[in-house]
Amino acid sequence: MVTMSTMDLDALRAKIAEIPDPEVPVLTIEDLGVLRRVEERNGNVVVTITPTYSGCPAMHHIEQSIRTALNDAGVEGDVETVFSPAWTTEWMSDEGKAKLRDYGIAPPRHIESAVSITNVPVRCPQCNSARTEVISTFGSTACKSLWRCLDCLEPFDHFKEL
Amino acid sequence: MSANLNLFTYLLRLADDNMVLSQRLGELVSWMPELEEDIAIANLSLDHLGQATSLYAYAGTIEAAGRNEDALALTRSEREFMNAVLVEQPNGNFADTIARQFLVDAYQVPLYQALSSSTDQTLGGIAQKAEKEARYHLEYSSTWLVRLGDGTDLSHDRAQSALDRMWPFAADLFATDDVEAAVAAAGMGVDPTTLRDSFDSTVARVVELATLRMPTDTYERTGGRTGMHTEHLGHLLAEMQSLHQAHLGATW
Repeated sequence: MVTMSTMDLDALRAKIAEIPDPEVPVLTIEDLGVLRRVEERNGNVVVTITPTYSGCPAMHHIEQSIRTALNDAGVEGDVETVFSPAWTTEWMSDEGKAKLRDYGIAPPRHIESAVSITNVPVRCPQCNSARTEVISTFGSTACKSLWRCLDCLEPFDHFKEL
Repeated sequence: MSANLNLFTYLLRLADDNMVLSQRLGELVSWMPELEEDIAIANLSLDHLGQATSLYAYAGTIEAAGRNEDALALTRSEREFMNAVLVEQPNGNFADTIARQFLVDAYQVPLYQALSSSTDQTLGGIAQKAEKEARYHLEYSSTWLVRLGDGTDLSHDRAQSALDRMWPFAADLFATDDVEAAVAAAGMGVDPTTLRDSFDSTVARVVELATLRMPTDTYERTGGRTGMHTEHLGHLLAEMQSLHQAHLGATW
């Protein structure tokens, strides 16, 4: 049993925070808000994550990556999945949203209320036009929908608000 | 029945609804008329599979007999499945698939909303997650029901027959027995009859928008919650469980 100093735990957290999302590799699990906590419990490190969608296949991959990171650091640890509070795109960092846009994915809009969000345009990540339309409410992964820009005519993915 | 057995049974009923519907939707992957709908159906299937997985995994913990989500989904027989008979109905034509989905969504939105404040924190957490997914599903299925109903004469007629065909099976979503009564009394679960008003008003609203009429058949086919299924479930399970049964204990 290894007792970790706060500094070690911070360093470990920083390492784990760098793990990329396998489906949107430009985002880390920290940017996404999937990584909730890294803490010591009874001499064990417990990493708590929360899924974006119930059936998100990336969660298994992320869990595996965290186990590898713990292993590489020579730390005994466990990964715990919690559902409550439920993940929301509001947890995505501004840095994460900027990275998404640069990558060509329109980031989730800020959710103020279920009614007002439809008045906020989804901007084209290529030309920033607000004249866009939805092609398909479901996209290549559970978290995305498919859109098209009416100005530059490029199709693009939009990270759905949740 | 002990409190744990009631909760276990209740969780299985919720999980089975999602598992069987997920399998049905999965049958359509690569068979949809358009790529966008193929992707949508696959995503719906994945969400239901995810919800089933969480619920089975938790049910396994409550049972504490060493059965995990795979064991609960893949080693139980037809009579042991407790899904509502609506979700096992065949995909039929696209209108049938949409009508079935719409009725499930109209029920699952208020269900998960109510379960979000369950006194059981794990179930409450699963429901909070699932509620957001169910709302998105309802938007999708409502949009399609309206599009079909308010579309051409052919699509209108198909949407109406689909709704009429699925309707008697929807009653099973609201069937109750001692299990629901016990978990509802404990604040852990929901008495499904309390969801009926919300369901009815959603259905009435969308049916009107879709220029359809409410089904008039008052026959109610229930029994799924106690394992009395229609002839379709056995075939579905045979396919779903065949690989697992052929290679028991296989890992890779």
